[in-house]
Amino acid sequence: MRAWLTDGTIDVAGLLADVAADGNGGTVVFLGTVRRSAEDGDIAAIEYSAYREMAEPELGRIVAEALAQWPGARIVLQHRLGVVPTGEASLVIATSAPHRADAYAASRFVIEETKRRAPIWKKERFASGATRWVEGRPAGGER
Amino acid sequence: MSDIRVSVRLFASYAEAAGTDHVDLVLPSGATAADCLAAVRAAPWAARVPPGPALAVNRRYAKGDAGLHDGDEVALIPPVAGG
Repeated sequence: MRAWLTDGTIDVAGLLADVAADGNGGTVVFLGTVRRSAEDGDIAAIEYSAYREMAEPELGRIVAEALAQWPGARIVLQHRLGVVPTGEASLVIATSAPHRADAYAASRFVIEETKRRAPIWKKERFASGATRWVEGRPAGGER
Repeated sequence: MSDIRVSVRLFASYAEAAGTDHVDLVLPSGATAADCLAAVRAAPWAARVPPGPALAVNRRYAKGDAGLHDGDEVALIPPVAGG
């Protein structure tokens, strides 16, 4: 099971294929997409940056922890870096398990831990050309 | 005992505040991650780095009391915003 960073668009179909297994009847795909909202302003894109050498191992640890909790699951994720336009996915997590409960639970675990721990940051880029760092959350270690 | 050399990585808003994304430091033997942070924040170019970032040593989160060794990589981790 892999977790990794990419600088290009995320291949959702490829990730689905990675978690497909004859014995797994439930598959869940989460997409985190760049959104534009009235309160945030006219965001044209979000630029993601990362401590790459740590982000990949940390994402790998998160997936390993999920597999330890849900041993029948298959889990893959990709986080995109660089400039991601509104409407495009910055993160895709695909999980499968024999039954849907574990697929959902593993997916939820991975997204929440990714948001809590991955050394990744984002800067909003507005249509005006202005930029603003997004206020993040203090990074947590393992629970 | 001899001094140790560590490399410090800065990211995102911290790198912008400091005007650099990387600095090498020489610290006394026995220095901790907190000592490294204090050394970074004492430099004049780091005046705008906040007081309490998360820390990583050799690409894993670490507490301030983590001991450092020659050749270690310390990172100051601003509040994260992935996903």
